[in-house]
Amino acid sequence: MELILDIFTGICFFIGSLCIIIGACGLIKLPDVFSRIHAAGMIDTGGTAFFILGMIFQTGWSLITVKLILIGVFIFFTSPVTSHVTANLARQKNILPLGKKIGKIL
Amino acid sequence: MKSLILFFILLTLWLLMSGHYSILIISLGIFSCAFCVYVAKRGKLIDDEGLPIFFIPRLLNYIIWLFKEILKSNLSTAKVIINGKVEPETFTVKASQVTDVAKVTYANSITLTPGTVTTKMQKDVFEVHALNSDFGNDVRTNEMDNKVTWLEGKK
Repeated sequence: MELILDIFTGICFFIGSLCIIIGACGLIKLPDVFSRIHAAGMIDTGGTAFFILGMIFQTGWSLITVKLILIGVFIFFTSPVTSHVTANLARQKNILPLGKKIGKIL
Repeated sequence: MKSLILFFILLTLWLLMSGHYSILIISLGIFSCAFCVYVAKRGKLIDDEGLPIFFIPRLLNYIIWLFKEILKSNLSTAKVIINGKVEPETFTVKASQVTDVAKVTYANSITLTPGTVTTKMQKDVFEVHALNSDFGNDVRTNEMDNKVTWLEGKK
């Protein structure tokens, strides 16, 4: 039984690390601020979600599981706020995003 | 009524976080939760915006759907980063929610799915930046907008 849980943890950690590595590559590779925020968002959601899931497989049912889930909930509430603040600051400094603009933008 | 709900939410959080169940610790918890509720009530923070309990009955359904969307768009974002075919686009969408909390939930959900970011908002118009026209079409079909309006449950 423990072996199966260990395997699940390994798979989750592998996918999470993959998300973080691809996100980090995108952070360097993509062209402008607004595109790079997407890569950072991938690290925030995919990376943390899979890592927390993997750790939950290790703890089983205990109070630590609840604390891990709470960490996940708080990250999922705060990470879009930081993304939005970065994007909004760039827009306030009149940095226009690359690519086409559809319709009238604010 | 609402302050009672807030008190019980805070108390559950205390009991889950502390893990010690002696009488001294629990009474300290009850005291500090009651003090927090008193301060929040004095500051007039306990209303629909500070404690959006009208979300709760449909929240689980929405969170499962949101996680599915996040997984899907994580996969497509990874593909775009590896391929390097980036064609960013910027557009505006209209939010059909009534309350401010629901609008913020919609904007946060757009930002939380990788590939789309809300960059600016004015009243009920959001400016959205998408990595690709596929991500843009996902937002423009208004599926997420309808889901959040359903979650709000005021229409």
